Amino acid sequence: MAVKNFVVGLFDDEAVLFPAVKKVRTAGYKLHDVYTPFPVHGLDHAMGLRETSLHTAGFIYGITGTTTALSFMSWVFNVDWPLNIGGKPHFPLPAFIPITFELTVLFAAVGMVMTFCYLCQLMPGVKKHIFHPRQTDDKFVMVIELTEKANAEEVKRFLNEAGAHDVNEQRAEAGWWYGRFDKADEDIYARPANA
Amino acid sequence: MKDQFVVPARLKKTSFVLMGVGLLTLLIGLIAFQGENATRFWAGLLQNSSFFLLITLASTFFIAATTLAHGGWQIAFRRVPEAISMAVPALCAILFIIVMILVFGGKEHIYHWVNAHHVAEDKILTWKSAFLNKGFFTTATILTMGLWIFFTLKLRNMSIEEDGWDLKPETGRKLIWRNTVWCGGFLVVYTLSVGSTTPWLWLMSIDAHWFSTMYSWYTFASSWVSGLSLIALFVVYLKKHGYLTYVNEEHLHDLGKFIFAFSIFWTYLWFSQYMLIWYANMPEETEYFQPRVWGEWRPIFFLNLLINFITPLLFLMKRDTKRNYTSVAFIAVVVIAGHWLDFWQMVGPGTYKHLVFPWYELGLGAGFVGLIIFLVANALTKAPLVPKNHPYLKESIVHHT
Repeated sequence: MAVKNFVVGLFDDEAVLFPAVKKVRTAGYKLHDVYTPFPVHGLDHAMGLRETSLHTAGFIYGITGTTTALSFMSWVFNVDWPLNIGGKPHFPLPAFIPITFELTVLFAAVGMVMTFCYLCQLMPGVKKHIFHPRQTDDKFVMVIELTEKANAEEVKRFLNEAGAHDVNEQRAEAGWWYGRFDKADEDIYARPANA
Repeated sequence: MKDQFVVPARLKKTSFVLMGVGLLTLLIGLIAFQGENATRFWAGLLQNSSFFLLITLASTFFIAATTLAHGGWQIAFRRVPEAISMAVPALCAILFIIVMILVFGGKEHIYHWVNAHHVAEDKILTWKSAFLNKGFFTTATILTMGLWIFFTLKLRNMSIEEDGWDLKPETGRKLIWRNTVWCGGFLVVYTLSVGSTTPWLWLMSIDAHWFSTMYSWYTFASSWVSGLSLIALFVVYLKKHGYLTYVNEEHLHDLGKFIFAFSIFWTYLWFSQYMLIWYANMPEETEYFQPRVWGEWRPIFFLNLLINFITPLLFLMKRDTKRNYTSVAFIAVVVIAGHWLDFWQMVGPGTYKHLVFPWYELGLGAGFVGLIIFLVANALTKAPLVPKNHPYLKESIVHHT
């Protein structure tokens, strides 16, 4: 993660935001992120984000749960401590199914929630830079990353023309870091950009 | 925009060929299965006619359930389940004739509770005779079939009548209200019949000593998931022929999700029924699974699980397969065939006992498929393919999953 320079613009309406997102992409600026008060259908496509692989991860967690449950129960009842329960076989598959199912769901659900939190960089005890206090309240906030090719004044003018207001330039940490929102950090912005 | 379906000559020919195959098989069966073997003749008819009736009736259930849930996404292709449900009266008539012959023709190899001697000597059947008797069977069959036909025709007629209405908000409210009321009425009837007594009477009473409270729900799940596949097949067919302009991958995706979800639901009920009986291990209950799990029918029993659970589970898990017309059509055919197999193993072991190659049953099945294609294609031509005055039509057009 690194400290970078950004240009931030506020939008009031998704009808203005959508064409602006498209203009940013055709102009070739680097879109850092767009923060919205609610899920906007089709915005991910407009931003050119790739399909999430969260479901693939979920499938892998699920079969991990299935395997764990089946192998652990068979080990317990066949190797570690074989017991005669109601004359049933030592490998009573029908009796294992509910537990296998539950463990599959548990692994898939917990694993996917944690993966989702990781992908969105959300976790208790970590902090991210907030570009505008109203960014998920009632304003649509578009953040453009400044690269060597993009001039700050030019991007600001561009955003103003696209319908944004309160356009400003910010220097901030792009990723997440350990910290709490109710406590101030040591000055991480003192580090040079792209260090 | 092509809004009026015209039956292509090829489809008409296919349906006639299939019906011809069915009739021919019926004639061969009539000659081949004489005397003691006549059991297979009647069992094949019972299996096929009940299966195909229940999967077309699932379309009425689809309309009723989505209407009651205030669903908007299905309006763009609502005329398809409506048309499929128009096959219900004819299939009801066929099944009614068959079960009446079974009950009053003394076909005791299918329903051995129809023999008064057996019942008098058999304590279990004597106890059950308040429910399992000719009078109740006939009354329940006539009542349920009558109500199914009544509600199915009512929902269809209302939908066609509404094409002549206007787009005013109060008209829309009236339309939604009366559809909700009639669909609610149908769901009550459907739950008390398909969800409760009807499969007990028609199919479970083949094994008259045995009982399972899960049986009707299991039958329902089987017919509902194949009914959804049937809707998907017709939607794909119409779309490929340039009809249903407003239907796109989004609608297909939702149908695919339904097939995926209810395949798992079927497995859940299959397992619930099997595990309770396996666990308790009481002879009067396990006798049902004895020929299926440990007898000749063992391969079919596991094939059933493979086709109806593992295949749709793995195949429809990915988003892309649910959004592709060819792959949805493929899995729909697999699911319908799989549940046909399920009905076969529900009827077969209790009637003709031995596992044989089901040429006769498959031939009859082809006949029923032809009949359904013929009736549905005919019903599709009777009305425009888009219910243009439905207040939720726009919601369906802009539908996005």
